Amino acid sequence: MSREGWINIALILSLLAVPLWAQVADEPFLITLSTRVAIFALAGVGLNLALGLGGLVSLGHAAFFGIGGYAMGILASHAQSYAPILEVPLLIEGTKSMPVIWLTALLVSGLVALAIGALSLRTTGVYFIMITLAFGQMLYYFSISWPAYGGEDGLPIYTRNNFPGLNTLDPIQFFLISYVILCIALVFISLLTKSSFGLALNAARQSVRRVETVGISTYRVRLTAFVLSGMMTGLSGALFADLNRFVSPSMFSWQTSGEIMIFVILGGTARLFGPVAGAALFIVLEHLLGGISDYWLIFLGLLLLAVVLFARGGLIGLLAGSPSRSG
Amino acid sequence: MSLVLFIEQVLNGFQFGIMLFLTAAGLTLVFGVMGLINLAHGSLFMIGAFAAASIAGWTGSFVLAIMASLAAAAAAGALVEVAVIRKLYDRDHLDQVLATFALILILSEGTRWIFGSFPLYLNIPSYLSGPISLPGGIQYPLYRLTIIIAGLFIALCLRQLILKTRIGMQIRAGESDREMIAVLGVNISWLYTLLFALGAALAGVAGGLVGALQSVQVGMGEPILILAFVVIVIGGIGSVKGALVASILVGLTDRLGSILMPEAFKLFLPPADATLMGSALSSMLIYILMAAVLVWKPTGLYGVRV
Repeated sequence: MSREGWINIALILSLLAVPLWAQVADEPFLITLSTRVAIFALAGVGLNLALGLGGLVSLGHAAFFGIGGYAMGILASHAQSYAPILEVPLLIEGTKSMPVIWLTALLVSGLVALAIGALSLRTTGVYFIMITLAFGQMLYYFSISWPAYGGEDGLPIYTRNNFPGLNTLDPIQFFLISYVILCIALVFISLLTKSSFGLALNAARQSVRRVETVGISTYRVRLTAFVLSGMMTGLSGALFADLNRFVSPSMFSWQTSGEIMIFVILGGTARLFGPVAGAALFIVLEHLLGGISDYWLIFLGLLLLAVVLFARGGLIGLLAGSPSRSG
Repeated sequence: MSLVLFIEQVLNGFQFGIMLFLTAAGLTLVFGVMGLINLAHGSLFMIGAFAAASIAGWTGSFVLAIMASLAAAAAAGALVEVAVIRKLYDRDHLDQVLATFALILILSEGTRWIFGSFPLYLNIPSYLSGPISLPGGIQYPLYRLTIIIAGLFIALCLRQLILKTRIGMQIRAGESDREMIAVLGVNISWLYTLLFALGAALAGVAGGLVGALQSVQVGMGEPILILAFVVIVIGGIGSVKGALVASILVGLTDRLGSILMPEAFKLFLPPADATLMGSALSSMLIYILMAAVLVWKPTGLYGVRV
């Protein structure tokens, strides 16, 4: 196995080991931090599909993160008030069941990603960056000005949603749920990368003309990747909302998009476990530097600048050397 | 809704649009000539506003405050260009986005560190405060009218600078072929720094002028940055003329949308629902406008590049 492979295994095992140790040592806060890492990593894994593999620099992934969050918030708030979401033409009721919420989050964020992607992918390069950003802002302002679900104040949910057979309020059990979902997503991405679809996406990033020449529509390949990417980030949004038992428009804010991008970049763009490493590093930095100074974002900014200017492989790149990429 | 209110909102839309133009002009010039996407442009707007508010608090002079906003933003722009931006011209857009996002974090938190989290206030000077009577019996704040005129004047100066001066000629030449003008003996790196500082100064002045209308605080630059992006996407990236047209369009859409949309919904909805729907939709209106322009013309109104 390559050096990067070993680092990946060490990384994913330590993400499991830390909260298990914390459970034994009775440090619930560490478990919550690890859960945040797993959830942010999932959001990053989603973005990495579009950004790393597809070369689609989306600065609007907060849209999907927020939609996932609000899917959870809206379903759960209706369940706790016993008021159906819709009565005509058909009865739709709220729910506290996590699997149903996840499916809804996947479905809705997928549909929104389809709409945003279909329009944005008409453009390339810098236009694409700005348009995805603008769509994110559109949803952000909508969530602020629409008062039915808390508007600017956000929407608290009083108890965590249920998963059959588990006690989700127990931090370690909720961590395990998030962790397993993250692992499934990683396996999915690694299979996808090796599939003909993944190869086409990778090739489309490098040369549109060559891919078109062999008869593959790059627009479709990219749109599919964008939708899958949005769905994963949407799912992580639903989990994040469940972790905090709170959704607010800040999930839609463009700083969120920037942060998701930071997870990907700090860890190493286009590397399977890059977002995991990046999210872990982000949370550790937030915790350590945030303890030293209120202005820890200055240090994060300087670090990010250093990574972009001097260490483009990110954390995994530093540890594992440059990737053995063919072509 | 009365005609007076309508005209007032049209003027407000113009004022908003002109300020957007000052911010967007630098962004679009820097993109057109250097091929750089600069997220930190909003921070330069913020620096202008903070410089104006602190100098006004110190000296009490509004004119000095605006000059300070110009100087501070230009200096910050030149500094940032030499220290960081210069290394990004040959990088891809992703690196530019990330590095300038990092600059936002540094500049915003740095400003918060120096000035604290509480907003500063910049007062409108007494000779510009109060309303002025326009033909037709419309009362309009003199300060906002001054901003419109000052902004149009700056836009005119910019046009003259780009079309009539030697520097402007070099800027236009750089836009079409940067290697060529370097070969012809123009000091490219100096020209880039100058252009970046010019864009920063425009954003800074806009920050200073707007600072008297809203509170001056950290994070004030980002909403305007995103609107400036919308403007240059609609106008066509790299086109100053497109930026001017799109700025006015966005300004008018935003201000008129917020009063017209609720009214329009009242035609077929009960008033409470209409206000709700109208205000929610009007907050998204400019993004809808942008999406529409893109479907129609993917490179913007005046864009040429694909």
